Amino acid sequence: MAARLPPGLARYLGQRLAQAVGVLWAAYTLAFLILDLLPGDPISLMAGGGLDQTPVDPAQLAQLKAEYGYDQPAVLRYLTGLRHTLRGDFGQSVQTGQNVTAMIRQALPQTALLMTAALVLAVIFGVSLALLATYTRKRWLSQTLLSIPTLGVSLPTFWVGLMLIQVVSFRWGLLPAIGNQGLRSLILPALTLALPTSAVIGQILAKSLLTTLADPYIETATAKGAGRIRIHLRHALPNAAIPVLTMVGVLVGNLLAGSVVIETVFSRNGLGRITVAAVNAQDIPVMQGVVLFGALVFVVSSLLVDLLYPLLDARIVVAERFS
Amino acid sequence: MLMPRRPRSMLITLLSSTALLLTACGTSSAGHGGSSADRTPKSGGTLTFAVSSDAGCVDPQQVGSNDTIYSLRQVVDSLTDQDPKTGKIVPWLARSWKVSKDSRTFTFTLRPGATFSDGTPVDAAAVKADFDHVSSLGPLASLATGYLSGYQGTKVIDAQTAQVSFAQPNAQFLQATSTFSLGLVSTATLAKTPGQRCAEGVIGSGPFTLAKYVPNQSITLKRRAGYNWGSSLWTKPGEAYLNSIVFKVVPESGVRLGSLQSAQVDAISSVGPQDEAAIRTGNSRLQARPNPGVVFSLEVNNSRPLLKDKAVRQAISEAINRPEVVDTVLTKETKPATSILASTTPLYTNLGRELAFDLPAAKTALQSDGWIPGPDGIRQKAGQKLSLRVAWFANLATNKSVLELIQQELKSAGIDLVLNEYPIAKVVAIQQAGDFDLAWGNVTRADPDILRTLYSTRLSNYYRVPHTKLDPVLAGEAGSTDPAARGALVRQAQELIVGNFYAIPVVELTTVLGLSDDVHGLAFDASSRLQFHDTWKS
Repeated sequence: MAARLPPGLARYLGQRLAQAVGVLWAAYTLAFLILDLLPGDPISLMAGGGLDQTPVDPAQLAQLKAEYGYDQPAVLRYLTGLRHTLRGDFGQSVQTGQNVTAMIRQALPQTALLMTAALVLAVIFGVSLALLATYTRKRWLSQTLLSIPTLGVSLPTFWVGLMLIQVVSFRWGLLPAIGNQGLRSLILPALTLALPTSAVIGQILAKSLLTTLADPYIETATAKGAGRIRIHLRHALPNAAIPVLTMVGVLVGNLLAGSVVIETVFSRNGLGRITVAAVNAQDIPVMQGVVLFGALVFVVSSLLVDLLYPLLDARIVVAERFS
Repeated sequence: MLMPRRPRSMLITLLSSTALLLTACGTSSAGHGGSSADRTPKSGGTLTFAVSSDAGCVDPQQVGSNDTIYSLRQVVDSLTDQDPKTGKIVPWLARSWKVSKDSRTFTFTLRPGATFSDGTPVDAAAVKADFDHVSSLGPLASLATGYLSGYQGTKVIDAQTAQVSFAQPNAQFLQATSTFSLGLVSTATLAKTPGQRCAEGVIGSGPFTLAKYVPNQSITLKRRAGYNWGSSLWTKPGEAYLNSIVFKVVPESGVRLGSLQSAQVDAISSVGPQDEAAIRTGNSRLQARPNPGVVFSLEVNNSRPLLKDKAVRQAISEAINRPEVVDTVLTKETKPATSILASTTPLYTNLGRELAFDLPAAKTALQSDGWIPGPDGIRQKAGQKLSLRVAWFANLATNKSVLELIQQELKSAGIDLVLNEYPIAKVVAIQQAGDFDLAWGNVTRADPDILRTLYSTRLSNYYRVPHTKLDPVLAGEAGSTDPAARGALVRQAQELIVGNFYAIPVVELTTVLGLSDDVHGLAFDASSRLQFHDTWKS
């Protein structure tokens, strides 16, 4: 640490860290409660063999439940799980016996790549849309552009994904429909995942730009002879971008959630697929791991965004807001 | 005002391009079948097979899911094989065998020269180590442990001779040795924990070895060089034709279909009724076979007051129009049930006449039994409604629509069917608690002994079948080595179950695959799973 943190900022960071721990604990506990309330248990599911109703020996089942600790009361299982989690040990998947941390680490790069690609595309699309809609002087064009986001968020992503696969992959044979191999297989899923996010970015940014463009300082800039493009990009955009930045935490969360659908439709491996498999098998340790990881991503991105505000707008001083 | 038209026109473009795609495939069907030059088998190539799911485990002893067994079956060999046409047990790793008169001792003579892919020999000691070890997997290998119930031990008589003995007569064991669940694995595999076996796979002696497993994505098999101990059913001697097989997990059925049609994969599993027509007309074909075992049935909780009455059980059966169920909601390859056993099960007896649709008879029987239609059309007796709860699980996409149709059919007879869907995790709990009137399900097994597993009062008896003369018949079947005598007993068991409606058979579960016309020689085994040794690509 070269520079000392100002006392206000240190306290602020401390507060945020405490908040983050609270959020993570709540996520862990809620996930446990919900999963535990589900009927059935992962052990019976695993022993049942899945597809048909082959009888299972009750004595053997009871023995297996004891092995995995499922004969214990829920409170005890919760506390044991929490203790292990605090030590950084998420336990093992009931379904596969694999270490949960290793499973997440293995799947993460694929999902992170997909999310990053989708976020980049979403920012490009969203910002272009907002700039174009506010820049044009043709009212009908502006109106049309401004109503695209509504369409974007209302199209279900699985449908968009399936349609893109049908046309681009099956009909034109341009890109592969399934798998994780190579960048070519990333294009369609990233595009599909980016769509709803770019719509949100476009909508918020356009609204914010319109407000900002009506601010008196824009008039000042115009009076000083700045061109429209310069006013848009240099003067209005940085200020207008703040509400969008506020949303980034939520958007990253959305992207993570969206990967569940996208990875299934495009037969990709990743966190989303692990989640689906874990839900189907009621694999509680894996679900807990994924939920905690998701919460962590959310908390970290929100914190980063808050720390970024002052760079965009000197009037915002994070430390003072909480002191 | 421009906007509202935009999404619709986009939709139309997309829909019409989908339609174009389908027509394009339809017109190209002239080349269907290929020229005769393509007909000579050739070695080499990679076959890509899209399945719908991944069981998360690559140990054939611990996995029951078809999608995963298609691949893992190729890694292990079995002592015996079962001819899908006749149900007869034929040599594979075992050249010959002897079954004792009381069906308690099985002596296998192994062929010499077979090795696991780690180089260790497939000998009597390996057989003993395998069977001794299965019980330690417990319910994790519920199929295998079930086959070995009453296992006393294996005696290594000499390097090539192993003698397996049981505490009680166990005639089904011979067929069980042909299943993937009792496929042999090397001693190195037995030393691993169940979790390790799941993640890393097993070392078997099969015509392919597991080259790579990526959870939720793919299973890659490579041809085993020097393989020369195939099943007596296979046509090609020695190694398999294909260099490698890649099983890709593609959960979406529409994506599987399109991948087959656009030649991104060579074969697909789990073909739904909605995709059949498209596969028939393209450069592809359907391949289907009913799964042997107990057909999809309304399993009856015979201890429930309403269902203790045979007239009610019979009326339910008569009110179900089985051909209509097939025609309306299932693949056209499906056969209506004609016994409690599927037609592909050895020793199956056709009792189709007992399962014919006869709505008037159902109504008359209920009427004379005292069930009078109430104001809502549902019959009542002594203030009680003829209303039954059927427990079902979404383990198959078609379950819901089948049951909804049956619900309508039964309503015409004045029987109210309430559909209770449960998560698959609850199957075992519901069976054990008996908390259902009827339950929808099936069990795949290429041996009629599955009847004893399900309906003998001496085992789990989840369906609370009363103690009747069915019990000695099933016990007799389990201990009978003489095929004719066993055949007669199995026939009697089917007649007793179907005639008394202890279960109400409805339709045969049918495995339907879509194959590219370039794929040849892909065979169903006796359990309607797949064998790729003789498969080749043109």
